[in-house]
Amino acid sequence: MAVVEVRDLHKVYDGAQQAALGKINLATEEGEYLVLVGPSGCGKTTLLRTIAGLEQPTAGEVLIGGEVVNGLPPRARQIAMVFQSYALYPHKTVFGNIEFPLKASRIDRPERERKVRWAAELLGLTRLLDRRPRQLSGGERQRVALARALVRDPAVFLLDEPLSNLDAKLRTSARDELKRFQAEIGTTTVYVTHDQTEAMGLGDRIAVLSDGAVRQIGSPSEVYDHPADTFVATFIGSPPMNLVPSGDRLVGFRPEHLLPEEDVPGSDRVTVPFAVDRMENLSGDRHIYGTVTGIGEPTRVIARLPTTVTTPITVGESHAFAVAADRLRFFDTDPDSGRRAEPVRLEA
Amino acid sequence: MALEAEPVRRDADRLRAKYHRRYLMGRFTLYLLAIIAAFCCAAPFLWGAITALKLNGDLYNPNNNPFLFNQPATMDHVLFLFQETPFLTFIWNTLWMGFLVVVITLVLGLPAAYALARLERPWSGPMAIGIFFVYLVPPSLLFLSMSRIVVWLNLQDSTWALVVVYPTFTIPVSVWLLFGFLRSIPKDIEQQAMVDGYSRLQAFVRVVIPIMFPGIVAVIVFAFTLAASEFLYALAFVSPTVEKPVSTGVPTVLIRGDVFFWQSLQAATFVVAVAIAFVFNLFLDRFVHGFTMGAVKG
Amino acid sequence: MAGTLEDDASQDAPPVSVRSSKRITLGDREGALAWLFLLPSVVYIVGLVAIPFFLAIGFAFSDVSAGDPSYDFAGLRNYRRAFADPVFWTSLRNTFVITVITMILVVVLGTILSNILVADFRGKWVVRFLVLLPWTTPVSLSSVTWLWLLDSIYSPIDWVMREVGLLGPDTLFGPTGNMYWLGKPGLATASVIMVQTWRLVPLAAVIIMAGLAAIPDDLDEAARVDGAGFWRRMFEITTPLIMPVVAVATLFAAIFTFTDMAVVYVLTRGGPTNSTQVLASWAYYKGIEGGDIAQGAAIALFLFPILLAAAVAILRSVRKVEVL
Repeated sequence: MAVVEVRDLHKVYDGAQQAALGKINLATEEGEYLVLVGPSGCGKTTLLRTIAGLEQPTAGEVLIGGEVVNGLPPRARQIAMVFQSYALYPHKTVFGNIEFPLKASRIDRPERERKVRWAAELLGLTRLLDRRPRQLSGGERQRVALARALVRDPAVFLLDEPLSNLDAKLRTSARDELKRFQAEIGTTTVYVTHDQTEAMGLGDRIAVLSDGAVRQIGSPSEVYDHPADTFVATFIGSPPMNLVPSGDRLVGFRPEHLLPEEDVPGSDRVTVPFAVDRMENLSGDRHIYGTVTGIGEPTRVIARLPTTVTTPITVGESHAFAVAADRLRFFDTDPDSGRRAEPVRLEA
Repeated sequence: MALEAEPVRRDADRLRAKYHRRYLMGRFTLYLLAIIAAFCCAAPFLWGAITALKLNGDLYNPNNNPFLFNQPATMDHVLFLFQETPFLTFIWNTLWMGFLVVVITLVLGLPAAYALARLERPWSGPMAIGIFFVYLVPPSLLFLSMSRIVVWLNLQDSTWALVVVYPTFTIPVSVWLLFGFLRSIPKDIEQQAMVDGYSRLQAFVRVVIPIMFPGIVAVIVFAFTLAASEFLYALAFVSPTVEKPVSTGVPTVLIRGDVFFWQSLQAATFVVAVAIAFVFNLFLDRFVHGFTMGAVKG
Repeated sequence: MAGTLEDDASQDAPPVSVRSSKRITLGDREGALAWLFLLPSVVYIVGLVAIPFFLAIGFAFSDVSAGDPSYDFAGLRNYRRAFADPVFWTSLRNTFVITVITMILVVVLGTILSNILVADFRGKWVVRFLVLLPWTTPVSLSSVTWLWLLDSIYSPIDWVMREVGLLGPDTLFGPTGNMYWLGKPGLATASVIMVQTWRLVPLAAVIIMAGLAAIPDDLDEAARVDGAGFWRRMFEITTPLIMPVVAVATLFAAIFTFTDMAVVYVLTRGGPTNSTQVLASWAYYKGIEGGDIAQGAAIALFLFPILLAAAVAILRSVRKVEVL
């Protein structure tokens, strides 16, 4: 049974022309880490808040634990939420913050204390229990927010971009901690972010949203290797997938699959002349910018060569590159597009 | 830790009904309290409006319902107020006096607030607190010696005395409010102007003041309200009737010994109250914003 | 680039753009500018507040009166006379009683009202307008209105009470048909308290509204998600966070009540039998109506140290509670 399910969810804000969410259908699997990812304004936060009960849908249903929860306030939904700003109560100690949700559940004091200490220990906060939020670092505040969410024993965790307030350096280790934490607790989690790297790193499944609609849901590798449309193809992956117009289609291939001819083994491939005009050296990989011809119209693309590929490349010259045929993806040229079957073309 | 979602599972519908009921109760209470509050605050004025139109025979009868017109309504007393008393003079006095007081307040207070908020000097903090402490020396303490100063300035018995004296209590609070507004404006805007070639002073005049404009208007309204409401100084310094502002003029002219011109008094009160409250309400949001900024960091 | 402009005024480098490559104008010298901006206000206030203040102190120890305006030092004679006068002590007590009770009422009602005013409901603008009337109306005029509402014969409040059977022979509030709101000593004091509260609650509500608006939205949402219902949110989250602002509102209410003479002057002139006489009105009576300026000053001066102590106490508690 899906822990969180959304059926035909539709949301329009008063006075708005466009729907914030248009007919969304989504269901989580038990214990999974589902990431909602998309650019700003795509509706991912609206969706999260609607699940939480902080926004009311215009139409459609939200189900938690199999029960329709429309009309119920957040506190009756068995959820816990971590806000982007963490929303810690500044006038309470860390202990007080974590304890607060338990007070509403009418649990007696000794039991409350036990639970708070349990949560604090799980998140390494035991020696910080007497501090106030303003005395804590960003990472510590995030852990307090998590402890506060954990202590209610919810059916689902909802997290709204909790890493965006951290320094870039801190973000990677925080991401790691989050994932391990969730694996240990095992509670279903719905996580919102605009950062596709974060999404790829954290999610068991990713839902890519844009303009209030879910473009694709799948595991990170599914979404990466088999994007449902050009939006997903260019949003996921950094640098984004190259798209070359060719006839009535767009031909797509990832930068790491555009390699010098001699490094693409096998006969089932397409060779293309690649006029190189710029090269960047990033973390050992070489990012090569240039124009390809021969697939379709001449288009500016990026090639990403890992360190294992040592073929020398000179800026300003044209090299023979190739893409393995099974790495080609095809999309139709309509702005909202899907995939099509592929005509195979060979290159002289 | 296992899932514990039983309450939601079993009684979702009952819960829904319960929360809906609570929501309705909450809304009902809100409306009820809002109506009670509005009534308590405004009833005297609404009643005053009715009274203003009553005939003497109707009014001076303790058995008559004070909220209804037991005899036909009349404009006599209202006309009396406007035509036979210096009421319009009083209003005019309050208006021009208030206007000048506001101008002085802004001319002195706006730069002062800017200096405190932007030009960080070591004495900024104590100075700000010092300005606030001026409030602790109230008119009821100063009026006696102040009257001497007024005489010394040769302004006794003139509305000008009020123009000179009132800024003493409008400036401190205006500085505090403007200081609050200024703190909510990011510094980059002026810095951008200065990079573009303006001096501090020019940046202040050309860039900051336009942005602060709504806040300035709110301060204008508040300062005017304070000036229009002041009673003690006006009572102590200004005796000639034609020089009086509304706050002392109306009570002294319409109360002669034991004779009260009640209907005219109520009409005067109603007119003044509604006018000021209307304008004040227009700028309430700005005013609240300024208080937030000023209050949060003392 | 922008950073340098904030620093020491006299070293201001002319901005890069072409325009002012000449000498540094007055407009750039921040130290001088700061003084220029502040000086007028300071001078004004020093001139018209500090000087009268010290003058008042001087008067308090003199024998200046309307009849004899020459200044002669009189030592503590004014204070001895004041202390010997029982009305002085009555005024002092009344001032405290009226102020403290008003303060409590204003804070409680003001907090409730501010919560109402920040909520969203139809007709909000109308309610806000009506609720502001007591504060924005000139004190003397609203007091005159109350004068009639509390009149010994014609009071509409009495009329309503008579109609519902609370007033008149064999009723709860006594055999007479009128309450004599301003005629009976205890009731008169209560009436003054009531009018002061009535006019200050809107001001307190507006100030507290500012504090409520400063609470970030997601704190309230987090509390909702955490399971807190209305009352728990109100008492454990909202109220602690607005404490500093409530203290400010309390301070303003206290100052405006403590130093006010208009309400008392209009409603009761201090009567009946000085039961509503406060320091401010007593000082006015002695100083202006009685012509004894020195005496008036001595009485009025009592206001200052108490106000100062109260202000310092409240501001200190604000600093302690400050968390946001």
